[in-house]
Amino acid sequence: MFKFERFGLGIFKGMTVTIRHLFRHPTVSQYPEQRLNISRRTRGNELIWSRERCTGCATCAKACPQGAIEIVTAANTAENKYNVTKYRVDTGYCIQCGLCVEACPYDALFMGFSFERAKYRRADLVQEDDALAESPERPASGYFHPDIAAKLPEQTLLVDKITEKRKKQ
Amino acid sequence: MPAAAVAADWPGGYWWHWLFYSVAIIGFLLTMVMGAIYLERRGMGRMQSRLGPNRTGPFGLLQPVADAVKVLLKENIVPTAADKIVHFVAPIVAFAPVLMILAVLPIMNGAVLADLNIGILYIVAVSSIGTVGVFMAGWGSGNKYSLLGAMRNVAAVVSYEIPMVLAIVGVVLFAGSLTISDIIAKQDIPFILMQPLGFLLFFAAACAEINRSPFDLFEADQELVAGYMTEYSGMKFAMFYLVEYAEAIAMSAVITTIFLSGWRGPWLPPWLWFILKTFAVFFLMIWTRTTLPRVRIDQLMAFAWKFLFPLAIINLFVTAIQVLAWPDALPWFLIFINFAVMGVLVLIWSKFFRLGWGRVQV
Repeated sequence: MFKFERFGLGIFKGMTVTIRHLFRHPTVSQYPEQRLNISRRTRGNELIWSRERCTGCATCAKACPQGAIEIVTAANTAENKYNVTKYRVDTGYCIQCGLCVEACPYDALFMGFSFERAKYRRADLVQEDDALAESPERPASGYFHPDIAAKLPEQTLLVDKITEKRKKQ
Repeated sequence: MPAAAVAADWPGGYWWHWLFYSVAIIGFLLTMVMGAIYLERRGMGRMQSRLGPNRTGPFGLLQPVADAVKVLLKENIVPTAADKIVHFVAPIVAFAPVLMILAVLPIMNGAVLADLNIGILYIVAVSSIGTVGVFMAGWGSGNKYSLLGAMRNVAAVVSYEIPMVLAIVGVVLFAGSLTISDIIAKQDIPFILMQPLGFLLFFAAACAEINRSPFDLFEADQELVAGYMTEYSGMKFAMFYLVEYAEAIAMSAVITTIFLSGWRGPWLPPWLWFILKTFAVFFLMIWTRTTLPRVRIDQLMAFAWKFLFPLAIINLFVTAIQVLAWPDALPWFLIFINFAVMGVLVLIWSKFFRLGWGRVQV
């Protein structure tokens, strides 16, 4: 059959594509001013640890393939339990595999929901004890914990044409 | 300024006429170039689903200013191997012809530095002088990539000059005059309708001559670092950058004048029509630049000699027959005929000639 493919039709096809893009919403977000919500079940780049629930069993430390978790416990004979004296995570080694969260038998560990945790110094990456606690600035992600996921904001995508500017956290 | 009182073939004889229009042309060109850079960067960004520069000023309007300031403050480095004088003069030689083209293009009725009686010929002659500047840049840099880029440019300009001039001749036949003001006066119906094929040929040839994509392989980044601009920095680079856009604007203005009836148009003031049409043509250049990939050098040459050149000859022939045989034909009849001829010729030649062929194994 008579095909128009080799009669310059490709040029017209390409031109229509580009002109349609001109009148389309651009698929970009202007990052520091517009932030997209990431997946509610993300494995963000921080670790949330709950001192109340932690029993000092060190399962997380054993599960960690990087050996990034260091836990030191002391026996509390009066209450017949272990006190955690030091819980230290070198987040610089963390590969966000989430194995520690899955391993914890008492739901004391969560992956973080935030993703803007870049530091200027290597030593700042090492987080200890209460620096790991959950707070409004450090929300826990819904990874391995679907009940938490339901409370987090829904994920936004570029196709949703995000235009509003959000305040810097 | 009594423009109507000025003789048709000489710039008035008043020194203030010369001075006023020289300053006006430079100002006009620089302003248009800033607009063109903004339009190109934002428009191209949007066509590629980006936003384009939007940080400097409202909507990024000050981006050309920021670019200019940045590039002017940079250090000017001249290579030791360079031919210093040639290296220095090249940007000026490349820039002057662009201003000279605008000297004969009326922005309004009679608002022109010199309404030469050989206006079209003058444009064709002057527009190719810029190549000398480019070749000087390539030679003077003492760099093989610069020289290669410059030689490609010279080869392309030599080739594309022919279809370009032949496309203009069709317009000249219809208008019956080489004077720009006469050509505009004849365009009750813009010549783009009477000469659709001529417009296409001229547009393609002009894009190749002024180094616009998809024919921008004189500065093909992937092959030649930046072509003849490789060894330029600071203000001299800014000059070449300016020349690139100034040439695009000048060619858009030429196309506006000889194909889109120049400053003529209803309702709006004539100068605004001129600027709008120029930017419309420039937008077409941006559009093709965004869409089409760069051609190879052998494809560039083949396109000029196998596609544009025969079509230009045929177009000239057909136009001559129309002008001779039916001088009183209805314009709508001619428009219909010419569009039909364009369609048939482009289809036939596309079949003869494919860009995919012709790979040379060395």
